[in-house]
Amino acid sequence: MQFVWDGFVEALRRLLAGDAETYRITWLSLQVSGIATLISLAIGAPLGLLLALARFRGRRLAIALVNTGMGFPPVVVGTFVSLLLFRHGPLGFLHMFLTVRGMVMAQTIIATPLVCGFTLAAIGGLDSSIMLQIRALGASRWQSALLLVREARLGMLAAVMAGFGAVISEVGATIAVGGNIKDQTRTLTGAIVLENGRGEFDQAIALSIILMTLIFAVNLVLTFAQQQRRA
Amino acid sequence: MRLAARHVRLIAALLLAIGLAACSSSSNNNTANKNSAAPAGASARAPVATAGARASAAASPAAATATRPATPVGAASSTSSAASPAAAAGRPKNPTLLLSTTTSTQDSGLLDVLIPLFEKQTGYQVKTSAVGSGEALKRGELGEADVLLVHSPAAELDFMSRNQGINRRLVMHNDFIIVGPASDPAHIKGMTRAVDALKAIVAAKATFISRGDNSGTNALELQLWKQAGIDPKGQSWYLESGQGMGATLTITAEKEAYTISDRATYLATKAQTQLAILVEKDGALLNIYHVIQVNPANHSGLNVEGAQAFSDFMVAPETQKLIGAFGVDKYGQQLFVPDAGKTEQQVQQGG
Repeated sequence: MQFVWDGFVEALRRLLAGDAETYRITWLSLQVSGIATLISLAIGAPLGLLLALARFRGRRLAIALVNTGMGFPPVVVGTFVSLLLFRHGPLGFLHMFLTVRGMVMAQTIIATPLVCGFTLAAIGGLDSSIMLQIRALGASRWQSALLLVREARLGMLAAVMAGFGAVISEVGATIAVGGNIKDQTRTLTGAIVLENGRGEFDQAIALSIILMTLIFAVNLVLTFAQQQRRA
Repeated sequence: MRLAARHVRLIAALLLAIGLAACSSSSNNNTANKNSAAPAGASARAPVATAGARASAAASPAAATATRPATPVGAASSTSSAASPAAAAGRPKNPTLLLSTTTSTQDSGLLDVLIPLFEKQTGYQVKTSAVGSGEALKRGELGEADVLLVHSPAAELDFMSRNQGINRRLVMHNDFIIVGPASDPAHIKGMTRAVDALKAIVAAKATFISRGDNSGTNALELQLWKQAGIDPKGQSWYLESGQGMGATLTITAEKEAYTISDRATYLATKAQTQLAILVEKDGALLNIYHVIQVNPANHSGLNVEGAQAFSDFMVAPETQKLIGAFGVDKYGQQLFVPDAGKTEQQVQQGG
């Protein structure tokens, strides 16, 4: 267990010494996962709202599909996205294989069903009398949707946290699509895999500690936002 | 569908958000590309600034301690001065170069030294995929790589015979070693023939860890089993890690097992694994690296100039000198022997 202590010291050293590479990969992780979470929020939240409120044929099937998507194995997503983005693949013209944008795309695919599913649960979990009240007050559909989202904001922030948590800690898809290229597409999780492979366990632990601190910090901010608005 | 109007608005909002996000991410990406392709010396350029610091680590001891001491370079100081004028020569038309190579070149840290130097000299931005030689060749065949740096001679010759590659050039070699626990339960230490050692490992019912990933190391291992007349697949003492060399060595150490490793990765991870070299210096254990350009006749959109430039770079005298010096200050011994211009036979004969 000496590695854990060494790793802890190494993490502090890297952070305090302003190690450029550490800050760069940390920033890249935050950037890729942050953007992917935002995009998945833009897609997943309206979709979840729609599934929660609209009644249409095939709705249950759609919900089952979203629920399945919540458990998409990242490495499967990575494999498919890689094949799509290969230079001679169907989306090769986008030139996104082994790029940051490609990683954002893969992570968005992973996070969207999570955000959608959590939104669905949050809206669906609201007291049905709220909907009646909103309607009774004469809100338009657009207004009532916004009101419902406000009512369900606790659950909505949980959706954001779930999406972000899934993609920032994900490694299979990120490496498959990004290639774990030094100085270009190497994220914290990718760097941890690499250091593990090299047997540099104290380095791997150091990066793990930085990653977990980052996740904690982001969730702390979101939780404060969540609880503050509630008060 | 009375909800249609709302849907339209929702979808519009959604598309707008995606657009915004995509723009911001793509602009980031573009800046990154521009940065990396810019001529050396621009200090704003974070990635290569670090790499430069590494490459010149030998020149200033202070810098060496500031950066992670994974990639010390012996001859860097002599070449970096020669490299700078070349960097001003302008950026290539198609700056992105896809290199498929093996995990051993990455895990040993050699690429961390060579790639930044190549980028600095030529202005190309190299996207390196460190995979097994099998996958590297496969990517070449699919046109998903421009240039390959691999060490799987039989598979390479097959690749070349199917006109998948051009200009196969010998770059360097190192050697494979059979490693295992210092206690050596199969008593193979000091054996001169790798095949005999494998037979002894089997006879002692000791565990053997295979890469099992079609890498060059895996290919060599399987060939040795064939020579030994043993089919290891599915045997209880034969485990396949499916991972790179570094990870496989870690597993080997944990299982107190035997494995075949390239010397460079072994030395780089020796401090952690505590594994011992038991059999070495058998001619059958040579590990020869070639650079191969993917045949542009087979695929559109290959970076032909970049592949040529990389191939030339790998056999250039300064690069060869750097390869020979790599690792000496960290491990006290040479990890790779530069071989540009030699034939495979000369290497085999220790020429």
